[in-house]
Amino acid sequence: MSGYVLLEDGTRFDGDVCGAVRPVTGEVVFNTAMSGYQESVTDPSYAGQIITFTAPHVGNYGVSAQAMESDRVHARAAIMRAAVNREDAPGAERAWLDWLQDCDIPAITGVDTRALVRHIRDAGAMRGGVFPDSVPEAEARALVEAEPPMDGRDLAREVTPAEAVLLDPLGAEAGGDPAPSGVGPRIVAIDTGIKTSIVTNLRQRGAFVELHPCSATADELLARDADAYFLANGPGDPAALDHIVGTVRELVGKRPVFGICLGHQLLCRAVGLETFKLPFGHRGANHPVKDLTTGRIEITSQNHGFAVLGPGGERTMDADDPVRWDTDFGAAELTHLNLYDRTVEGLTLLDVPGSTVQYHPEAGPGPHDALYLFDRFLDSIRAAA
Amino acid sequence: MPRRDDIQRIMVLGSGPIVIGQAAEFDYSGTQACKVLREEGYEIVLVNSNPATIMTDPEFADATYVEPLLPGPVAQVIEKERPDALLPTLGGGTALNLARILHEDGTLERHGVELIGADYDAIARAEDRDLFRETMAGAGLRVPRSAIATTLEEAEAARDGIGLPIIVRPAFTLGGWGGGVASTPDEFRTVVARGLDASPIGQVLLDESVLGWGEFELEVMRDRNDNVVIVCSIENLDPMGVHTGDSVCVAPQQTLSDRLYQELRDQAIKVIRAVGVETGGSNVQFAVNPATEEVMVIEMNPRVSRSSALASKATGFPIAKIAARLAVGYALEEIDNDITKRTPASFEPTIDYAVVKWPRFAFEKFPGIDPVLTTHMKSVGEVMAIGRTFQQAFAKAMRSRELDAPARLDDVSTEELLDRAAVPGPDRFDIVLEALCRGASPADLHARTGIDPWFLEELAELAAGPDTPPAANRTFKAVDTCAAEFEAETPYYYSSWERSTASEVRRGERPSVVILGAGPNRIGQGIEFDYCCVHAAMEVRASGRDAVMVNCNPETVSTDYDTSDRLYFEPLTLEDVLGVLEVEEPEGVIVTFGGQTPLKLAAGLEAAGAPLLGTSVESIDLAEDRGRFSGLLAQLGLQAPAYATAHSVEEALGCAGQVGFPLLVRPSYVLGGRAMEIVYDLDGLADYLTRHATADPGREIFLDRFLENAIEVDVDALCDGTTAWVGGVMQHVEEAGIHSGDSACVLPPHSLGEEMLQAISQQTRAIALGLGVVGLLNVQFAVHGDQLYVIEANPRASRTVPFVSKATGLPLAKLACRIMLGARIEDLDLPPEHRALDHVSVKEAVLPFDRFAGTDPLMGPEMRSTGEVMGVAPDFPAAFAKAQAAAGAGLPASGTVFITVTDTDKPAASTVAAQFHDLGFRVVATSGTAQAIARMGVPVTTLNKLGEGSPHVVDWIERGDVDLVINTPVGTGARTDGYEIRSAAVSRGIPCITTLSGGIAAARAIAAARMGDPEVLSLQEIHARVDGVGAPA
Repeated sequence: MSGYVLLEDGTRFDGDVCGAVRPVTGEVVFNTAMSGYQESVTDPSYAGQIITFTAPHVGNYGVSAQAMESDRVHARAAIMRAAVNREDAPGAERAWLDWLQDCDIPAITGVDTRALVRHIRDAGAMRGGVFPDSVPEAEARALVEAEPPMDGRDLAREVTPAEAVLLDPLGAEAGGDPAPSGVGPRIVAIDTGIKTSIVTNLRQRGAFVELHPCSATADELLARDADAYFLANGPGDPAALDHIVGTVRELVGKRPVFGICLGHQLLCRAVGLETFKLPFGHRGANHPVKDLTTGRIEITSQNHGFAVLGPGGERTMDADDPVRWDTDFGAAELTHLNLYDRTVEGLTLLDVPGSTVQYHPEAGPGPHDALYLFDRFLDSIRAAA
Repeated sequence: MPRRDDIQRIMVLGSGPIVIGQAAEFDYSGTQACKVLREEGYEIVLVNSNPATIMTDPEFADATYVEPLLPGPVAQVIEKERPDALLPTLGGGTALNLARILHEDGTLERHGVELIGADYDAIARAEDRDLFRETMAGAGLRVPRSAIATTLEEAEAARDGIGLPIIVRPAFTLGGWGGGVASTPDEFRTVVARGLDASPIGQVLLDESVLGWGEFELEVMRDRNDNVVIVCSIENLDPMGVHTGDSVCVAPQQTLSDRLYQELRDQAIKVIRAVGVETGGSNVQFAVNPATEEVMVIEMNPRVSRSSALASKATGFPIAKIAARLAVGYALEEIDNDITKRTPASFEPTIDYAVVKWPRFAFEKFPGIDPVLTTHMKSVGEVMAIGRTFQQAFAKAMRSRELDAPARLDDVSTEELLDRAAVPGPDRFDIVLEALCRGASPADLHARTGIDPWFLEELAELAAGPDTPPAANRTFKAVDTCAAEFEAETPYYYSSWERSTASEVRRGERPSVVILGAGPNRIGQGIEFDYCCVHAAMEVRASGRDAVMVNCNPETVSTDYDTSDRLYFEPLTLEDVLGVLEVEEPEGVIVTFGGQTPLKLAAGLEAAGAPLLGTSVESIDLAEDRGRFSGLLAQLGLQAPAYATAHSVEEALGCAGQVGFPLLVRPSYVLGGRAMEIVYDLDGLADYLTRHATADPGREIFLDRFLENAIEVDVDALCDGTTAWVGGVMQHVEEAGIHSGDSACVLPPHSLGEEMLQAISQQTRAIALGLGVVGLLNVQFAVHGDQLYVIEANPRASRTVPFVSKATGLPLAKLACRIMLGARIEDLDLPPEHRALDHVSVKEAVLPFDRFAGTDPLMGPEMRSTGEVMGVAPDFPAAFAKAQAAAGAGLPASGTVFITVTDTDKPAASTVAAQFHDLGFRVVATSGTAQAIARMGVPVTTLNKLGEGSPHVVDWIERGDVDLVINTPVGTGARTDGYEIRSAAVSRGIPCITTLSGGIAAARAIAAARMGDPEVLSLQEIHARVDGVGAPA
């Protein structure tokens, strides 16, 4: 069935609708990874967004329980050049488009995604929607206009659990540490939409992990007697999450804090740094990030639309230097730098225990180059204990 | 870390002649390396025996040695040039093995030469199977169970521990040459024996079979800071069991989940670290069992490879360029991504299209061969196609192959199609598509072929109709390494059918000239034509216009985005080319540099209004139409051998008498002498016609009087329409009747008088003007007694243009391009035609008989060589000896020569025998030849013929008691004595000369070699000695 993508600036791209057939709107973004479509759409950080996959074929190896990054699809819709709906791949439990339809997620294929991506790259990420041809363009335009912009948007509340979830370390049969050294640390996380891969990586290293609703107060969290706090990834604008930032502020300095993605932005805001919206975000599995503490470069999994400003309020760093911020909790030092666009990818608090990265060391999907950060984090907890 | 300052002069080794398994990709990688290292300010000393390469153009190195890639000559160059470092990772297995030998024999240490790019230990860990296994086990990686054997007994002892089927691979051979798969104990013995023989160190590896598993390759780069990136993943459509060079491949991989792909990525990184390639690119090959997700490491190449050339073209990430920079000290992050100009090379390309590579085969050239694909590579070239979807790319790749005859499957039953699909062959995917078209199910085909269902489902859709969206437009997209995340600065395009109309072609105000490339390498059309196209691009750019390249061969320099101002990676069909012309609106189109491929399009392009440059379509037709051309010759008063054209068997038999025997017979419109034979009488002609003409009723058959024992001469000339200039005259070593592409040739001619040379020039000029050539012209003559005959004229770039350019120092292709852009001969500041050269250049063909066990290793009117080498020396014998050595058929210094010749050759055989006797060789011969030799007083030992009981001649050869074979053939084909003799010689690696003139040249060459190695001279030194050179660059 024919359909189309309509962007808020009126640009239209034709295709064939698939998955669930219904009008849908959201922020249209693009992801340049060549595999990992199921992980992406189930990543809660994509809440409120429509993902354009730059890889032409999406759905090649079907879907399986193993590749879920949460319990459901969070992306609003998928835009593809050549969707594949087959379940005969080894390991596939369901065909991709059938599964999207089961999940009531609209999709569109046959779209000149490259033209769409070039448009977003030049004009910036923007609102848009996927519509069957039965929806007239004027109506579609009104629907897109009605979609709230991503700037200033609190989406964490939509993806956070209703109540706390307590998880034990994983045994060797689930890839966990075969010889755990004593009782593992207790990590208390504010779940703004945490990815399963993050939780798995922590539990595999012997940690007890608690996932708390993002509405949990600082007192509630402090009462959990954590060995460390974890600030999760998640959707939306960090600037709209002052309620969480306030909570985080209470936690800093008490125990080591580690943040990934949105969690990185929240910790930075909590210590007094600023965030800004990137023109079209980083979403993919090929960005080079330099670890300034070792000089090593890792290829990273990325999914964010906002970033942290440098010490002088600059968006990009000129040199590969570990520059420092003055924060409300002492100095912070740049530890990770994006070599693509030279934005901040990670920092460490020097006077209180805490470090964060903007990208996704847990991969899922993407390369495993940065898994060492989980070891570093766990080591730092054990050292602090 | 910046560039290393402690080295100034770097030696780069090329890969030598184009052979199966080692093709033009190493010219591409070597040229890139030379370019960037010179940009970095290093002095480059280059050694490569292949004159048809761009890298051996004098402007790409400070000193260019066209010398055999053997330890002796390379050591001579090292002694003379004293390089600080040797970069061996860009010249394929040849360069890597050579570096290993130069390390082992102490040459490198003696002269203080450092190996850069890969050190000796890393080379050994990757190339020595045993060490590689150990290294992988140490890194915790699974490899197939395996054993190493150096004897048949050892192999049999290991067999049961591994379990049949077993893959047999010889150590240190090119492209897996000499290996195979054995499923039964008998097969096992045969394959092991062949493998032991093929390996230069007499060693085979026996591997647990992973036949039918998925085959994947990852291209990996590592820098001295231990940063590692994966440039590209490649998935073979053919499962394990077909050599990756013979497989249809797709990039990026399509069937692995992200989880499994990341597992391969992790393993590839472990492999490069464990092997210890400190800087540069490597290729790691995996087998993956899709059902169990088991992964095994199959092999790694610690160097730039065919796959890395493919990966570079597929992604836009220039692996060889970056490998060269890494080798001299840079880190990935210090190198810019050429395409975006704003991001560093320390990233992984991501692509938003599909790339399909398709091998090009030439089984039709080797009758008697089973066209079955195995782990032993047999393809002679490849094409690549880019499409926004797999189906678009696949369809483009199919038409890029440019087959002489499309697979004919209409008459084949579906049952037979399905049976044939089960056995991998050159037409496997044509068969699969036809079967799908007739309704065969992907599931059934999967069960029979092991091809992943994903591909079969896609192919089923393709079989049902073309993959074009509704209301699709042809748009041009850019290859940008980043899926459009950043703007691409490098104009590298492919066409795609899309619903939108957004084309990305960006161009300035300068007029453009489109150069149509040569398509896939194949026998008859090789790298020489790519060389000419690259030169055309250089000249077009120099003229202030934009050079625009259209080609589909990923192995080449022409498809390097650096070569032209805009590159369109497209099939060379009329429709695809017209698509490019529509967006380019060029000032001119060049069709005469890329061989037959673009020439075939000339008429269609002209009809469509394309502004063709140079020689007109009308002139091309005048040269190609035999009737018209012979009319022209008559009008010019030039003689040609008698000929006739027949349209039926009866007509052919009828007119044979008028033409006169012997006859050269061939069907019309053939490339490289396909199906061309010499027949001596009516019976022979009738036999030929039953074999060839019946297949194609109504097609023309050409009958030419064959001038026996004539000397063949090749001429390359320039003409501007009113003035012609002869650029080079080459005399063939073998007599007429051997295809000019397979014959050795000498420049300047070594036995033609001044008068004959003048006649050749004069007739060449007459033909050039008669045809109205504007650009290049190649004329072939036969000198028969004191008579000169015109054999044919081709108003286009010929196979010999690069050789002539290297030999004379005059870049003929560039000069021709200048003429096509409007220059006159008089503007070119050319030297006199027959300048005295103080050196002799010999071009020798390299034949692939060792790859095709079962075919008669014989030269004839049908071209079979895959590549060429050049030998340069002060005299003919020394140059000939060098060319032979470079071609891999090094002549023995002493020993036993076996001579057996036809009756007509017997009188002359004694002369050859006497020469070898004088050189101290023992001469052995079969009875008839022995008698003729003995009659002239030359001592000779008589050997039994095959039917005369053991030990017969083949026993002698197989025992290794013969060092050189001279055998002139009486007829061809299996089961003749000559066939058995030649096959035995080829399989033992004993040089086998099949013409008496070749034998005489060999004797002179051996005598010359006794005088010691001649001084090695660079092309720059040689050209500086030639009068009048220097003006055109």
